[in-house]
Formats: sequence, C-alpha cells, structure tokens
Amino acid sequence: MTKFSIFSLARNALSHHERWPEQWRSPAPKPAYDVVIIGAGGHGLATAYYLAALHGITDVAVLEKGWLGGGNTGRNTTVIRSNYLWDESAALYEHSLKLWEGLAQELNYNLMFSQRGVLNLIHNVHDLQEATRRVNANRLNAVDAELLSTDEVKAFCPILNTAPTTRYPIMGGTLQRRGGNARHDAVAWGFARAADARGVDIIQNCEVTGIDVDGGRVTGVQTTQGAIAARKVGIVVAGHSSVLAAMAGFRLPIESHPLQALVSEPLKPVLHCVIMSNGVHVYVSQSDKGELVIGAGLDPPNSYGQRGGLHTIEDQMGALVELIPIFSRVRMMRSWAGIVDVCPDASPVIGKTPVDGLYINGGWGTGGFKATPGSGWVLAHTIATGEPHPLNAPFALDRFTSGTLIDEHAAAAVAH
Amino acid sequence: MGFRLEKSGRIDRTKPLDFTFNGRRYRGFAGDTLASALIANGTHLTSRSFKYHRPRGILTAGAEEPSALVQLGEGARTEPNLRATQVELYDGLVASGVNAWPSASCDLAAWTGRLAPLFPAGFYYKTFLWPASFWKALYEPAIRRMAGLGHAPDAPDPDSYDRMNAHCDVLVVGAGPAGIAAALAAGEAGARVVLVDEQPALGGALQGLRHRVDGVDGTEWAGAAAARLAAMPEVRVLTRTTLFGYYDHNTLSAVERRTDHLGPGRPAGTSRQRLWTIKAGRVVLATGAHERPLVFADNDRPGIMLASAAQRYVNAYAALPGERAVLFTNNDAAYEAAHDIVEAGGSVGAVVDCRPQPTAPLAPALREAGAALHTGSVIAATHGAKRVRSVTVAKLGKDGGLSRERYRIYCDSVLVSGGWSPAVHLFCQSGGRLAFEEARGVLLPGEATQALQVAGAAGGSFGLAACLAEGGAAGAEAARAAGFGDGSPPPPPPSDAPEPGAITPYWLAPGLKPLGHGKAKHMVDHQDDVTAADIRLAAREGFRSVEHVKRYTTIGMGTDQGKTANVNGLAILADTLGKTVPEVGTTTYRPPYTPVTFGALAGRDRGDLMDPVRRTAMHEWHEENGAVFEPVGQWHRPWWYPKPGEDKHAAVARECRAVREACGLLDASTLGKIEIAGPDSARLLDMVYTNAFSTLKVGRVRYGLMCGDDGMVFDDGTTARLGENRYLMTTTTGNAAHVLEWLEEWLQTEWPEMRVWCTSVTEQWATVALAGPRARDVLAAVAPALALDTESFPFMSVTEGTVAGAPARVFRISFTGELSFEINVPWHHGRHVWEALMAAGADHGITPYGTEAMHVLRAERGFIIVGQETDGTTTPQDLGMDWIVSKKKPDFLGKRAWSRADNLREDRKQLVGILTENPKEVLPEGTQLVDKPGRAPVPMIGHVSSSYMSPTLGRSIALALVRRGRARMGETVHAAPDGRFLPCTITEPVFYDPEGAKRDG
Amino acid sequence: MLWIDCPWCGPRPETEYRYGGEAHIARPDPAATDDAGWADYLFMRTNTKGVHAERWMHRDGCRRWFNVLRHTVSNEVLAVYPMGTPRPETPRLPGDGAEGA
Repeated sequence: MTKFSIFSLARNALSHHERWPEQWRSPAPKPAYDVVIIGAGGHGLATAYYLAALHGITDVAVLEKGWLGGGNTGRNTTVIRSNYLWDESAALYEHSLKLWEGLAQELNYNLMFSQRGVLNLIHNVHDLQEATRRVNANRLNAVDAELLSTDEVKAFCPILNTAPTTRYPIMGGTLQRRGGNARHDAVAWGFARAADARGVDIIQNCEVTGIDVDGGRVTGVQTTQGAIAARKVGIVVAGHSSVLAAMAGFRLPIESHPLQALVSEPLKPVLHCVIMSNGVHVYVSQSDKGELVIGAGLDPPNSYGQRGGLHTIEDQMGALVELIPIFSRVRMMRSWAGIVDVCPDASPVIGKTPVDGLYINGGWGTGGFKATPGSGWVLAHTIATGEPHPLNAPFALDRFTSGTLIDEHAAAAVAH
Repeated sequence: MGFRLEKSGRIDRTKPLDFTFNGRRYRGFAGDTLASALIANGTHLTSRSFKYHRPRGILTAGAEEPSALVQLGEGARTEPNLRATQVELYDGLVASGVNAWPSASCDLAAWTGRLAPLFPAGFYYKTFLWPASFWKALYEPAIRRMAGLGHAPDAPDPDSYDRMNAHCDVLVVGAGPAGIAAALAAGEAGARVVLVDEQPALGGALQGLRHRVDGVDGTEWAGAAAARLAAMPEVRVLTRTTLFGYYDHNTLSAVERRTDHLGPGRPAGTSRQRLWTIKAGRVVLATGAHERPLVFADNDRPGIMLASAAQRYVNAYAALPGERAVLFTNNDAAYEAAHDIVEAGGSVGAVVDCRPQPTAPLAPALREAGAALHTGSVIAATHGAKRVRSVTVAKLGKDGGLSRERYRIYCDSVLVSGGWSPAVHLFCQSGGRLAFEEARGVLLPGEATQALQVAGAAGGSFGLAACLAEGGAAGAEAARAAGFGDGSPPPPPPSDAPEPGAITPYWLAPGLKPLGHGKAKHMVDHQDDVTAADIRLAAREGFRSVEHVKRYTTIGMGTDQGKTANVNGLAILADTLGKTVPEVGTTTYRPPYTPVTFGALAGRDRGDLMDPVRRTAMHEWHEENGAVFEPVGQWHRPWWYPKPGEDKHAAVARECRAVREACGLLDASTLGKIEIAGPDSARLLDMVYTNAFSTLKVGRVRYGLMCGDDGMVFDDGTTARLGENRYLMTTTTGNAAHVLEWLEEWLQTEWPEMRVWCTSVTEQWATVALAGPRARDVLAAVAPALALDTESFPFMSVTEGTVAGAPARVFRISFTGELSFEINVPWHHGRHVWEALMAAGADHGITPYGTEAMHVLRAERGFIIVGQETDGTTTPQDLGMDWIVSKKKPDFLGKRAWSRADNLREDRKQLVGILTENPKEVLPEGTQLVDKPGRAPVPMIGHVSSSYMSPTLGRSIALALVRRGRARMGETVHAAPDGRFLPCTITEPVFYDPEGAKRDG
Repeated sequence: MLWIDCPWCGPRPETEYRYGGEAHIARPDPAATDDAGWADYLFMRTNTKGVHAERWMHRDGCRRWFNVLRHTVSNEVLAVYPMGTPRPETPRLPGDGAEGA
C-alpha cells in the first residue's frame, strides 16, 4: 500500500499523477473463501478489514452487487455521535466513536472526521426530562455530554432562532462535543483500500442470488459471477437485509423504508456544528465543501425504490427555516433517498442467525453510519470466534423472542 | 455599451436599467438577463472557480450554466450562487461573482491555481493526516474557508412563500416549439392542460433563433400561441416556473418565481415564490436539450462560450459576444450560430472543425464572410489571462494526436459546440431508463415507467420541424389517453429551419502537452474544476464505476448537476477504460432540476402555521389572568398563573396549597375524549384495557391502563359507562388521536364482527376539574339541582345535569387525591362555566391551577403520568399496578407478552418513591440513580421520572424506576445529577393520603 | 407522492393516509402461541421486495382500513381490496424479488 501523505502527493505531482497505484484491486472471485461478506458498504468493508487486521483471517471476499460504498454508506448524512440512552447502545456507539478517533491515521486515509459537536435541541418539558436522563446516563457511562441552557445553545450556534415566539421554542439542548461528521465515501474507500492491502478480495458487480445451506449450516453463496463456497458468511446489506435473510429461509424484525436527504448549494462557512431536533424533526450540518447536509424523516410505506415524496422534504424545510430563518433563501441542490432497514426497537441486529455459520449485521435504521467501525469490529469478532463480543451480545436476534429489546424510541432521541 | 447591437433582439430599448456588478456600474435594458447585459458591456469575467480560483465567465445562456455564479442582492434579501444567465435584469440590481476576494478580477486566492499540481482529484483524502491534531485546529478550518461559493444572508428572509396544487389531464413541461405544439393540441382536444416553462415568455429555443414558423418569426408564432392558449379556459400557462421534480404516480413539483424579476419594484403582499404540486394524468416532457462544450486545453477562459449561447445573446438580446470569434465544433448545426453572428454584424475569424471533411451547408457563407476554415483541426491551447485573447489551432494527425501544423488565431471569444445532450433529467427522475446512441453521442430516454411522452429535442429530435410535429402528436396522444379527442395529430405548422445536420462525436482534444502535464487544464466540469486528467486519475486508482468517478472527482456534483459536463465525462471515462458508454453506465439525475429555495419548499409552514396551535375554550381567560403556557403536543395549556412578584416556585406552591386546603380549578379540556357506542362496546374495552369494563355498572367510572400486544403501557385514563352500550373514554392529551386510531384499527382489522363505533369528542366538551375540600360547596352553588353528596354521587361515578345553566356531564374522579369533580360542558359554554365557578368559589378561596401544580399534586398522591413514569419499556407490573391487571379475562392486549423471559426477570425496573436526604434538594427529572458513588463508568440502577418540591409535605419528593425497586424499600441509593452523588431513600411511591381518605372531601 | 385509490373516497394523496404495514398478519391465539410465535406476530415481517400486501387507512377521510397490493420498487399499485378478503392473484412483475418465507 503506497503511503498517502503530502510527500507522496508532491512526488506524484512530479510524475503528473500518472504513477498512483490502484487503491484496491478488482479481482475475479475464487471458488472458495474462509469468509464471505455480502455487501461492500462501510460496515461490510470494516468487517473484512478487522477480520484481516485483528483476527488474521485474510481469505475473505466482500461481494458487492453494485459499486463499493454505493448503498447507504454513500447516501447518508454522516452524523457521528455516541450519546445514546441505554447502556448497551452507549457501549457499542462509544466503542465506535473511539475507533473513529484514530481511524484516519490507522487507515492512512483522510476520512475528514470532524468532531465539531452534535447539538440536540430541547423544545418542551418532556424533551428536557428525556435529555436530562440521557445526559446523566451518558456521563455515568463515561460518554461526554453536556446539558445546555437556551442561552448556551445560542452562544454555541448563533444562527439558531432561540426566540420564545417560535412555534416550538428552543428550551435548551444537549451537546456531545466529540460528535460530528465524516466524509462518507472516504470511509468506504479507506476501509476498502486497507482491507485489500491485507489480502481481502473486494468483488464488485457481483450480486448474491442465493445462500447455500446444507444441514442447517451455510456452505456458500450463489452469485451473478458463479457459486462461491465459504465456511462462514456475513450478511451486511443495509436496505436489503430481509431479502438476503429470505434467501437463507428466515425472516427478520425489519421493515425497509426510504430515507431522504438533501444538500444545499455550497456556501461559505455558516454552520459550525451538527444540529438535531427530535421535536421538529430536523438534522443539519455543513460539509467541508460548504453544502448544508439535511436529513428528512422516513417515508412511511415500505420501499426498496430509493425514492421518496417531496412532501416529506417540504415538512422538513418548514421546521428547518423555523429553527434557522437565515436559510430561507438558501437552495436545495440535490436530494436523494436511501433504503433503511428499521427494527421495532430502533436498535440493530448483530450476531448469529438460525443458520450455522451465517451471521447478520443489519437493522440500523437511520443511524448506522456512526457505528461503521464499531459494527465491523464486533461482527469481525463474532465471525472469527463464532460467538458475539459482549458489546454486540445484547443485539442478538433472539431478543425479539425474549422481549429484551433495546428500545431507543424510549430514549426519544432521533436515532441518526 | 460597446457590444450592444443597434438592431435585433427582444430587449426593450426604451427601458434602460442601471445595475452594479462586481462594484462597477453598468446599463442594460428591460428584457436582458444579467449575463446578456454584461456581455453587451463587454464583460465576460464574472467569478472564480471552485477549487483553483480560475477566472470564469459566461459559458451558456440558461439553466445549464456552470460558471457564471453570482451573489445577488444585499442584506436580508441576498441570494447566493444564482446563475447570471437566469437572473432577469431590473433597475438597481446589485450582484457580484462568487468565490472571489476581493473581486473576480483580483482574487487573492488565485494562488491555489498555481499549486494545482498538488491538488488533483481526491488530493484531500491523501493528506492533512499528520499530525492528527492539526486536522481540527488548522487543516479543516482552512479547507472550509476556501470551500463554499456564495454566502447565506445574515438576517431572516423578509419575503413570503406559498403553495398551490393543480390537477390536470395533460402537463406539458417546456414551452419551446415541441411544448407549445403539444399544449395547443391537447388544449384543443378539450383536456385540462398545464404548460410550464422557466422563461418569462414562451418560445424556448425559438427565442435564440431566427427561424420562421407558420410564416412568421418564431417568437411571434410563440406569442400568438400564448394568446391562443390563454383563450382556452381549461389551459393554465405558468411562465417563470421551473418544473424541478418528477415524483411517483405522476406527481410533479414546480417553483414559480413571482417577484424576483421585479427587484425593489416587487409588490407588497405578493409571495415571492410559489411551490406547485401538479398531479397529472399524462405528462409531455418537452424539455429540450443542452448544447455541450468540447473538452480542450484551457477551455474555461472567460470569452469561451457555447455556440448556441452566443447565438442566443445575439438574436435574443442583441449582445455580441466579442469583436472576433472563433468557432470550434464537431457538427454542422453550430455553423448557424457563427453565421448569425456574422449576419448581425460580428466577425468570425476562424471555424475549427475536428471533422476531416465537414459538409456544413453554411461553411461557404462563413468563408465568404472572412472566416478561415480549419478542418480536421482542434484548438490545442487558449491564451489570455482574464479573457481569451487567442487560440492555438492544430491539425490532427492520423493517430488523432496533434500534427505540427499549428496556427495562432487572435480572438476575444470562442464559440464551442460538442453537440447536444437531451435534457433527460425529469425523465430520469420519473424512473425511466436512458439509452446511449453512439452515432450522435447522446443519452436518450428509453422505456418510461410512468404515464408520459417525450417530444422534441428532449427525445433527441433536434430539428425544428420534427419538434413541431412530435409536440403536436404527443399532445394529441396524451389528451386521447386522458379521454379527450381521438389522438390524431394536428398538421404541424410549416417552418424554415434546416435539418440539424451531421455530427461526429468528439470527446477530448489533445493539448500541446500530454494530458495532465503542464499548466493547461482540460476542463470537463467547469463548476467543480474537474479535468479530463482527473477522470483518468480516478480510473487509474481503481475508481471505475461511474458513480465512483463522480464521487472521487466531484464531476456533476455542483449546483448545475453537471448539465454540460456529464456526457463528456462519461465518454472520457469509457475511453479511458476501453469500454463503451453503456458499459460504463450513467449516473442518476436527482431532483431538483435546478436548485429550489428552502423558503419555497417550506411555503407557509412557518411560525404558528408550522403546526396548528390548539387552544381550549377558556384560553383567553387564561391569557387575561396571566397564565404561563406549556406546549403539550399541539395544545397550549396553562402551566401556572403567577401573581405579581411571584416566581414559578411560589405560584405553584400557592396553587397546590389552594387545592389541598380550599379548592382549585384546572382546565382539563385537552384530555382526549372518545365516545364508544354499540352492542359490543364492553367487549372491545375488555380487550384493550388490562382490567374489565364489562363489569362496570352504568353511571360508574373506572380507571384503565392500555397496553400494546408487546405488554408495554402506552396510555391510561378513566372510562365511564354512560349506558348499557355506551362509554366515554378519556385519554392522555398527547395520545388522543393515536388511541382513537388504535381502537379503530382493532375494530376494522382484527375484530370486524364487533359492532362498535368510536367518535372523538375531545373538542365537543370543555372540561373543568374542580378539586379540593371545598369543591362540593362551590359546585353546589352553580348546580343547585345536582345531588352532590357522597351517597348519591359516589367517587368514580358520573351524573348529568345543569352547571351554571349549561348542560353538563360531571365525573367524580380525582387526579389530585382531593374531592374532585370533572365538569364537562359543550365547548362553547366552557368559558362561561369556568367564570361561574370562579365567581361561586371566590368566597371559598378558589384558585386556578396549571399543569405544574397538577403534576405536583398527582405525584404526591403517587399517580403516574404515561410518558413520564413510562417510556415504552414499562409494564403495569413495573408500575406496581398489578391490581389493575385482570386475572380473570382469558385474553386482552398485552397479556401474552408478560410471560416472556424478559418480563419474568426479577431485576426489572419498578416504580418507587425517592426521598433525598436533604429535603430541600429537588432532583432534576431524568437524574440517574446508582448504588454507590464513583468515577464513571458507574452502573446505573434506575432514574428519576418525576421530581418536585411538595408544598404539602414541605420537602422534595420524587418518583423513580429502580431495578428491583419494590424489594428495596428503605434502602439508600445515590442520585447522580450533574456530577454530584446525593444519598436518597427508596420509599413507597405514595407520599400523601395513601388510604385515599381525602377523596370524598 | 403516492396516490392511493380509497375504495370509499377515490384517489387521494399519500399524505391523507396512515400506512399500516404488512397485511394478513392475524393475531394468533395467545394461549396457543409460544414466545417465538408471539415474536413472529409482533415483530417478524416479510418485508417483500416486489409485490407487497399492505394495509392503509384513510385517516383524513373516511378512516376506513383496506388492503393494497403495491410493488415496493416501482410503487405501482396493483390492487385495492377489502380487509378480511384474501390477497388477489397478480401477475408477477419484472423486478419482483424474493417473496420471503
């Protein structure tokens, strides 16, 4: 792997950038692998990377039906935080956040991970109770969290309209300063390059069409590039978890919905943190390119169409402009949708399936991006050892039978 | 005004307009765009490019403009990143180019251009990594400052926006020749038609041409068509309206700019922009095509523009792009642009055609006018700093490289044409697939997935006659499909335009040095500074999917979504990879077609209209009496009623004492009220509540808990049996609509055999809760006919009668623990009855109390609030409310779930009381509880759900959910608010009158 | 914006409706259902990529529930039919994915 640095850039400038190697190979699939990961999004690539880097398992293929990073990894609004209510969630997301904090150097890829702070707004007494509960829980879980007054919110983000005359006045906020954003594509590319360098085969344009199960045990997969045998298979396909599960003969507690997002035209810096409001359903940040990146709510009907209706965005904009009135004349430049797999308790499923040797990581709803490294880390552990790590053990599929849900709706924080 | 032609053009020379651009004052005319006025003044340099801060000018004459981006206006009305080609000129207009400081002409950030060798595509992924701490402190802030184009206003928007919905049989998008023909045909067939176009007048491409239609000038024909359409009652024409989004089920969105072109002359009270949602039976996409530039070395200097744009500036705006032009083309059609310039009095120095033997019919005429014809040649270099001053033309060798035959040609404008790209954006948004046609190098609409037709240039038919014919046929056919007419196309009007002629796709002209060597840049995406070398680099580094290339290089990711860049980029990528364009694939065009203001999307959903505010019948009284309001869902409820000098604490304490010692009055109208009627009402209630309602006697009231089938509590309230088959249910304020839907859902989907009807009566009945030991006396004074003694009107019963002259239902229920009557009267009697009670209670010390006092009083008594003591993970058993869970009923919602493993855990969190060691310490609600103080991480055992200073007890009280809490009575735990650890004792969750002795007064 | 043809009120935009998720999930007899079966009823979904039988309620109109067959990729509505009636036969469409277990 060529080391990326200002020096390698300068050196390559002398050769007109004509000698840069491929960031990853485009190999043909081998007939068999130790581990096949289905899905070359951030989570799948991170899983492959950690399998190779931490567990010494390098006979790994990552199969991708389209282009790597082209699913929700490349479609999300990149909010990263770990201030979740429940211990199980906080532990998982905080582990992920800690991985983020050294990831760019580890992967030698600038992920533009930017800890500019995530501010959740409070609009009523109920929000305040919930926020207090969450902030206190975060602190006791050693997750950084602050409860801000309205004045402190205004000082932290002056463009917010904190006047008491707004429809849902801002009564305060919670702040996680270590939260922020990263460049989504770079996360996929950085993991892909690092996994590839460790021997992982990333095979694009290779759609899995069947999962081979023999005597209750997975034996491989059928793909558009032929059959591939594998001792262990991981399903990491946000937006298509149910489709893959059906191939292996089981169902999941998941419904898939379009989640729309949009960006504005690039602007000179105007918003210096991530703003989230559960009460009026807005989240917004400004990318390093200058675009405001805004998430809308879910479109309710199940869908695999990667399309939503404008009405969802219209609702969003009313709320946004109410919160930040100076954005009224800013313009939406591009909107799109991803397909999110939503679990009833707004927490993911990471672990074993009813099929031996087949593992799943899915159901992240709208919040999977922030967990990318942590999710790959625990799934790699689970696949390598055959048993879940304590961090992901609570996120097992059988929690829906026992009733041991991790209900982040209860926390009422937007799960982005 | 050196470059304004004496004649021609559609500008109004009688209306001069003064404007300021980049600090200089200019004059234009009504009918100009900012771009045409600048060109007429000889100004081409408008702004600086995104990455390298290269000088940029006007490339196009329309929506596809990637370069000439301006910051329009000042102060609260300033708007970033507008395309100068679309800004209609008005008197007093002020604008400046974006991304330049102090000015486009002298830009201090131009050093980035000199370091360009260090900044190839994706350079930022490879650097700024060391030392890690510098990213946040130094690198990223610097990058952010350099990035961005224009700036957001710094004050709220003074303008308003609104929305309209329209339904039509046929929606025609684009009012060029095809669109006009379609609208006329559909309109004449009798269909309801909406015709939408982004320009101020109909005509589309005809505005930039000199062709005749139906024997008259094309624009005259368009004007006459506009008049005909205006006379059709079922036709609506929307100009200055951009159809930007094509959504499912033929729902389309457009934005109409109503006042932007008027500048300071905008009428007060008119919304600035209007968002149209159009539901169409059939859609005719007549969106035209965009000319695309050729990619050659330094093809982005000011003065280099599309041939069709130059033609439009001359013909429509009487603005000559320069003194001496050079045309660089791969097709015949572009010769017409050069010819029009010559006809208008301009000069064309050379025609450079990359085809070895072009057959353009207009070539002889141009040669005659003095243009040198360089065939089989390309522009290999351009020269000039802030304006193109000359070009180097080179003959192509047999291998496609440059031969040694070169010429330097002086010019101040270059017209380029690489052919046309159909505007397939909306077609693509509709879900349609694109197909690539090699011969002309065009992406064409393929199979449609919605009810639409494509007509004219949008479908690849670039000739005027074809546009007119296809438009008419599409309009007639769309009308027929919608049920109007027989679909036979009208005869197309005759026109004089020649066929578009031959084209040979040409994607990349060699420069004087190999691609990526030296300073020259082959710009593909002018807006994001993406060069052909960048595309090659991306492919080299393994980014082979077109989506990867797009994301790595940012091609097509600018505000223009790559309208002039994408096809060139695709072809260069395909060539690099040795594949065909279809093998490489195309990216998806996403809404919006051109950017749309957030304000227009928000419409009127601002301020109080963002979400309805619901107010009770007594709201004005509360206001008049100084209430502070609490938002509860959409409702505004009185929170407390401070007297002069009182703070919240004092007011709430006074209100609480009044209820405990005398009497108080609460507006409880917001509680949800649902009438449930029908012979199976009792069966329904038995299923949805954990306890039994079939055993409830008529005239009696019972409290109930409602659970989902997952066993978790989601609502509570009292339900009264008004008759054998009639109940009145109350719900929490926030859940009223949800509970009604819950009941209806079960009735319609699971138990359709039940004969039950549910009706919300929340807003039919105003509710006053009269509570306190003196409540009976007060009520008796205004309801003399009601028997109020405990015997005749026992606790948990309902009676009907007259209160203060109003018909009333009175419930004897209590949420405070005191003797209490909840008086329901028809909504419009609410204030009258409230005031009558206040008057009658004056001698008894009656005091209005708000939701805060209500919360304190109920917490003292140990009553839960759903959503506060519960969070969706709480069962009745967790709340210690087993007493309300039927052991007899075989089935009800929630029951089955309680035998799951998690519900049988002994360490579930259970509702308890919490008393702090320090009686003055009021824990914040949400405080976590731990067994032992310590440094984080500390295991948590529960949290405080409710917490108040209790005026009755003279100390703080709290309710909490604690692991195994019921088994830990009397134990000490620690509350951990904001870093402190405070010892507390676990108690029963009832602090006042546990026997319920007070409820009868 | 989807347009759903309410059997009582005619075609109305999606915003007037409440979406009710997968259709034909009958509440099982609690006494005869084990924990896994209860989880199946409460949480497990087919989540079809392809023609999906689902429930809608005309919240801002007649407030009636009914079933819809809709393609979850194209959003094409293939049938609207009353509660309690079986799923109508529809031709399989191109692009239909796994129907699930």
